[in-house]
Amino acid sequence: MLQVISLLLENKPGALMRVTGLLTQRGYNIESLTVARTLDPELSRMTIVVDVDPALRQQVIKQMNRLINVLQATDLTESPAVVRELVLVRIRTAQDTRTAVLKEAEIFGGRVADSSTEGFAIEATGDPEKLNEFISVMRSYGEIDVTRSGALAIALDNKKLRLQPPVLTKGGGNKVEEKVV
Amino acid sequence: MANLISGAQMLVECLVKEGVDCMFGYPGGVTLPFYDVLYEHQIRHVLVRHEQNAAFAAEGWARSTGRVGVCCATSGPGATNLVTGLVNAMMDSIPVVAITGQVTTKLIGSDAFQEADTFGITRSATKHNYLVKRLEDLTQTVHEAFYVAASGRPGPVLVDVPKDIFQAQGHYQPVTSIHLPGYKVFTEGHTGQIRRAAQLLEEAERPLVYAGGGIIAAEASGLLREFVELTDTPAVVTLMGLGALPSSHPNFISMPGMHGSYAANMAFQNCDLIVALGVRFDDRVTGRLAAFAPHAKVVHVDIDPAEIGKNRVPDVPIVGDVNRVLTRLLKMLREAPSQPGEKIGAARRAWWKQIREWKRQHPLEPVFSSSEIKPQHLMAEIDRISGGEAIVSSDVGQHQMWAAQLIRFNHPRLWLNSGGLGSMGFGLPAAMGAQFANPDKLVFAIVGDGGFQMSIPELATIASNGLPVKIIVMNNGYLGMVRQWQTMFYNNRLCGVELDCFPDVEKLAGAYGFKGKIVDQPSQLAPALEAAVREPGPYLLNVKVTATESVYPIVAAGAAINDMVLGPPQPVPVPAE
Repeated sequence: MLQVISLLLENKPGALMRVTGLLTQRGYNIESLTVARTLDPELSRMTIVVDVDPALRQQVIKQMNRLINVLQATDLTESPAVVRELVLVRIRTAQDTRTAVLKEAEIFGGRVADSSTEGFAIEATGDPEKLNEFISVMRSYGEIDVTRSGALAIALDNKKLRLQPPVLTKGGGNKVEEKVV
Repeated sequence: MANLISGAQMLVECLVKEGVDCMFGYPGGVTLPFYDVLYEHQIRHVLVRHEQNAAFAAEGWARSTGRVGVCCATSGPGATNLVTGLVNAMMDSIPVVAITGQVTTKLIGSDAFQEADTFGITRSATKHNYLVKRLEDLTQTVHEAFYVAASGRPGPVLVDVPKDIFQAQGHYQPVTSIHLPGYKVFTEGHTGQIRRAAQLLEEAERPLVYAGGGIIAAEASGLLREFVELTDTPAVVTLMGLGALPSSHPNFISMPGMHGSYAANMAFQNCDLIVALGVRFDDRVTGRLAAFAPHAKVVHVDIDPAEIGKNRVPDVPIVGDVNRVLTRLLKMLREAPSQPGEKIGAARRAWWKQIREWKRQHPLEPVFSSSEIKPQHLMAEIDRISGGEAIVSSDVGQHQMWAAQLIRFNHPRLWLNSGGLGSMGFGLPAAMGAQFANPDKLVFAIVGDGGFQMSIPELATIASNGLPVKIIVMNNGYLGMVRQWQTMFYNNRLCGVELDCFPDVEKLAGAYGFKGKIVDQPSQLAPALEAAVREPGPYLLNVKVTATESVYPIVAAGAAINDMVLGPPQPVPVPAE
């Protein structure tokens, strides 16, 4: 079953590796993964769609939360959330079908990003299932190339973000004299 | 303007501030600047003979003291050799900080000499790891590493430091605080849940405490004892938890699981409440999970939320430090002492009677023979000499199980073994680390003839430091546990398990400058062990035991834990032709 996980994590080297490693270590296949900075440039928001046995979904979230670079891991599979994806389609069209392709694209809210005598590049966003339909419709008109962004998700309810406050270290004890080199 | 110091000096300053006075390591090209600072420093650096043993020794140090163990290795092969030790510490939740050298930052990724992707390789081998790419991050990182290793559920943390970071000069800034917003350490436990646990305890007719390594990590042995005494609950103690409750305590029901006692396993299968404290329902304890403790409600206390419900879904989950949770639970129980009704009182008495009966029916008892030394006889003698007070570091295999069954531990941090990973080659270096930390204590390294041969290089470390470790080789000429499984589950088709060449221990120990002896007569065993213990220095005793003795009880992999084989098959008479 596909699980949609939203992660808030520190924007640090290795953070992505820890998350993907945790999944590959358990033999889960990642269907899609997107990651980008948040408003706070020190943090990233990641959306992962992964094939997980439903009984293990909670365990995956707990293991993610255990990662030190992860501030919050949320399972959005069944909670209120908006899930969107971007698709770029390059379609080769003959002169006689160009208008039909444009009309079809419009129905799906697609926008022409590039146009040439060969055909179009069309961008469309939507929920992943709707985009599947869009792609199959485009395909009926000719040869296509497709690039998908993978799912992006945002939760519709506020999950309280619990963060650990700073702690004092042994390093701050008494100031050591700096040594002369 | 403050003076400039090197990254290596900053690192050593951090180690000193963290209270490190001994570390185990092996130098190399990229750690040269670090060793150049250690040269003039009071931190004791113990040169091991293989990096894996540096990690194991650091674990022995940590397990026997509760403090963070420190090991150090160079880049490439040095770092990769640490990996087994790190995974071992990870599986058993042991606080260790590993410092590794890395090639110069500019060379990273160029397949430079002795370069390995240590950061990537150790990602899953550690609780957390770091690659320090800027000098200004170094001190913060080192203190974070110690904090992460020791706090929450302890574990190994690795800090990979490129050579140019060791050499770079900068101003030392003392680190005053650590901010890891995503690192949640749960300590107190939910009050409502603790109250619910107290309530279940009051209602239980056949309660059972299931205590493990978490009790030791949390320094909660005293509380555990108070708890089992106050509630008069029997307690099974796992392989990782031995010593958490004194083995001589009347409520102690020994180890459960695959090689656990009949009483412990039967107690699980018949109890109506499990109070699980710092344990993880490991497959070696539960056997077939679906058949485990079918009548029991479960209260599970663990500091790691991911352990709760991982294997067995509890009725009362309590995420918290078992020390804090037990303190609060005890307070609740004392403030409102329960008045068990006559029904519960009678049921509890019957439960205790039943447990005593199980213990009596199939006790864990040594086996003796007049013609050969039984491995159980060896453990019984070590137990007699130790009296529950010596540090016993075990390797992995049959001897580990017999030691766990038959040697008593009256305190925590005496029993050191590789529980989760089951890593052969652990026993000897861990004993070494424990002896460095406890110079005046009697330390036994109980090893098999297989694992011992993985650790032979460390005899040099033991000899050169005059460590009085008593190395007891339980020698049966086989990789005994594997041999046992081939015998029991593979029609006795023995393959790759015969250790037919073993060095002469007198000559071997003699070559390193200490004493060694062979003992093969039962009557000679006690005097030989006593002589080993009397010896002020190290001692290597090769104890030749019955070759084909098997560990009992045994629960086959995947069987329910009450499905126990309690002893060797009785000979079947061959019908006359």
